[in-house]
Amino acid sequence: MNQDFKQSILDALSNPNLTGALGNFSVAYRAGRAKAYEGIDFEALRTQIAEVKSSASSHFDELAEQFTKAAEARGTKVFRTSDPKAVKDYILKLAQERGVKSIVKSKSMATEEIHLNKHLEKAGIEVQETDLGEWIIQLAGQTPSHMVMPAIHMTKEEVTEVFNEKVEEGQKPDIPKLVKFARGKLRPMFLNADMGISGANIAVAETGSIVIVTNEGNARLVSTLPKIHVALVGYEKLIEHFKDIAPILTALPKSATAQLLTSYVSIISGPAPNTDGTPKELHIILMDNRRTEMSHDPRFKEALQCIRCASCLNVCPVFRLVGGHVFGKVYTGGIGTILTAWFDALKASDEIQSLCIQCGSCRDVCPGKIDIPELILELRRRLAVEQGQPMIQKAIFSVVNNRTLFHTMMRAASIGQKPFAKDGFIRHLPMFLSNMTENRSLPAIADEPFRDRIKKIKQPKCTEKAAFFGGCLVDFAYPEMGEAVVRVLNKAGIEVTFPEGQTCCGAPARYSGAYEVAAQNGADNIKALLEENVKYVISACPTCTVALKQDFIANLEAVGRTADLPAARQLAEKVMDFSTLVNQLVEEGRLHFKAGLETSKFTYHDSCHFKRTLHADQTPRKLMKQAGYELVEMDECDMCCGMGGSYTLKLPEISAPILQRKLVNIEKAGAPLLLIDCPGCVMQIRGGLDKRGSKIKVEHTAQRLAESLE
Amino acid sequence: MNAILESSALVEQFKTRAEAVSAQVERVATKGQALDLIIRLLQQEGVEDKPHCYAVSAACPLWDQVDKNNLVAAVPGLKFAVTRELAADAKVGISQMEWALANTGTLVQSADEVDKRLVSTLPLLHIALVSTAALLPDLPAVLSRVDPRKAAYISFITGPSRTADIERVLTIGVHGPERLIIILVDDLEVAA
Repeated sequence: MNQDFKQSILDALSNPNLTGALGNFSVAYRAGRAKAYEGIDFEALRTQIAEVKSSASSHFDELAEQFTKAAEARGTKVFRTSDPKAVKDYILKLAQERGVKSIVKSKSMATEEIHLNKHLEKAGIEVQETDLGEWIIQLAGQTPSHMVMPAIHMTKEEVTEVFNEKVEEGQKPDIPKLVKFARGKLRPMFLNADMGISGANIAVAETGSIVIVTNEGNARLVSTLPKIHVALVGYEKLIEHFKDIAPILTALPKSATAQLLTSYVSIISGPAPNTDGTPKELHIILMDNRRTEMSHDPRFKEALQCIRCASCLNVCPVFRLVGGHVFGKVYTGGIGTILTAWFDALKASDEIQSLCIQCGSCRDVCPGKIDIPELILELRRRLAVEQGQPMIQKAIFSVVNNRTLFHTMMRAASIGQKPFAKDGFIRHLPMFLSNMTENRSLPAIADEPFRDRIKKIKQPKCTEKAAFFGGCLVDFAYPEMGEAVVRVLNKAGIEVTFPEGQTCCGAPARYSGAYEVAAQNGADNIKALLEENVKYVISACPTCTVALKQDFIANLEAVGRTADLPAARQLAEKVMDFSTLVNQLVEEGRLHFKAGLETSKFTYHDSCHFKRTLHADQTPRKLMKQAGYELVEMDECDMCCGMGGSYTLKLPEISAPILQRKLVNIEKAGAPLLLIDCPGCVMQIRGGLDKRGSKIKVEHTAQRLAESLE
Repeated sequence: MNAILESSALVEQFKTRAEAVSAQVERVATKGQALDLIIRLLQQEGVEDKPHCYAVSAACPLWDQVDKNNLVAAVPGLKFAVTRELAADAKVGISQMEWALANTGTLVQSADEVDKRLVSTLPLLHIALVSTAALLPDLPAVLSRVDPRKAAYISFITGPSRTADIERVLTIGVHGPERLIIILVDDLEVAA
């Protein structure tokens, strides 16, 4: 990883203002957003938006043409171009021809994208940002750190300092006074400006209308007071029908700022009169800048469904720690990573894509229904194809991919760790490995992997069989979880097999963009798991379950191995996560909870894949309550624990504070028992609690179920 | 009866939602009462015939139906001929809206005439008149009624101007009004 990039992460993490402001906001946002969407069927709404936007991006050319005709018929001048430079030249030429000396701007990401201000200022034209946040960062000479709240990284003290230095001495760090000061200073600029420049949130082809959304009212002034109004609109803002404004306008403020509607919405469909009675000179620039190319890409077309609400930033466990500047200068956060790869260059996303921990929170809240984590993986895959994988990674995968070698090495490691392991934990590792144990203890590698232990378990002979997929953690670190699975299923009259040919689920390779490796892992596992005719294929690891159920198919498709797909689908049909199968067996009356169990309170951590991909999050809660346990929910129960597979090794600086926050929330819940359905989260959280000396017991749900069922 | 129930439910929802975004909502039965209320409000606000104290009003259909002279006599600083200079110098702006949306507490206006935008944006207080019968349930309802082919500039206003750009602290009154008073008038004809 590039040292400058690492340094920018470290700088952000050590900025208490930044982490404080963003951390507080992320908590308030989640509650506010939920309230704003009360009584609304979010799934239906976002499906509608996705359809409207997807249909539009299939016909950009036609819609741009239709928009142009409708707008020109009303007297609007429309300029269409694919070239950002042509946009800048057009606006500059217009300004010079009309003798424009000063310009007021309302917030526009498209103008940020093409660095318009610099171009105009170089020609001696005064350009004034009027959105408060944009004005602050313009004065401070910075770039926006958030698409909706550009100055969220600054404290009121820093803002005061900027005002004192750049505008007028004597300001105090009192927010209402600072806002009033800005109003007073910007008002004459609105009144005196010769041109107003805005963006647009929506552009309607059938009527040639643009829709502009603001809270401050600056877009109303920008589009009302100067005699010339120029709106710069990216192609992705186009929709066909006027009525389709409704779903977008319903979702945008709720997702962006948890408001039912912003203070102001302007729908401009032609030049309205100026204050002196002359008609407004209205120019709308439709800018392509790779949007059409994107719409022809079968994977990335989806990203054009973005309505720029920035909710993917607001729910991101990484963004709230590092803020936007680590991501770059224009578009930030999850969608920003994708847009940067396209509007700037694929290479520009090389570092920032690694920030994504793949927790899937953004996918759940995206009103454009964009699978952002999946698209980031696709970036990773393309980067890996284009640049090759780093050497170390290649070496690791060559081991993981060689089943026999991998297992031999794990056994060797179990012996090699002896000097460091004590009561099942490794608390310190020497030198270059020390950062792995700085914030959490690691589990000791089991003396005997599960693949050997299961052979010693005396199972009843049953006609119904389940094949168990161990995955690396259950097999080598937590064989007791596997034993719990066997005990429970035996009670229901199901015999558990452990197909010896199984290997790594391929998630590490997939999440690093090494799809060829991942696909081969999948093919090996499919062969092994389908060898014997079993009724179920069970895993106690959600990441493995998702791999078996979904990713094998996706990986094989991605590398064109279509011949392997029927078997992959056959396997997917049989795959179930452990808790879901237990629930089914309880409902069928094949498993019963013991009477008179000694129970306690428990709290539950939602593992990312378990909740957001498998949607099984309520099942273990329900089972444990049936067993007599009392659930105490922790704050942010479904926030990532910071494990993210190899993320914790690649970006321990970010993983550690994510974990710390999780640990605090767990302790605050006050239950003596924490249940989790993922061995990876168990490893991260149990190790973190051990380092803090906490007495809270951390178990896989399977372990507690094994004791609770008869 | 159902229609009346429905309409009172809409009024309730509108009031709740508009107040939730810091607007003040008043409801009067007649145009005469609306006039009295406006006079009282302007007097309370200290509207006078001198700079920084004016009230400016855009053309409102209501004015054609009441005796405007009462207004001017009671409030000397009230101006009906709006210019950008006067609006920029005014304390209060008055305009009439075509629709209101109950589920967001929003006012909607077909605002091609620039006066309508000046008086609702530049002064610190905006008084908005709207017919109670012009209450619609939501966004789709109004989008099917406005015609962008006829209206070049359609404004939606939901509460006063606001920002949270500094430390996410909600602050009312940035570039637009810091207060919004909405007067629902029961016997006012629907403007659109």
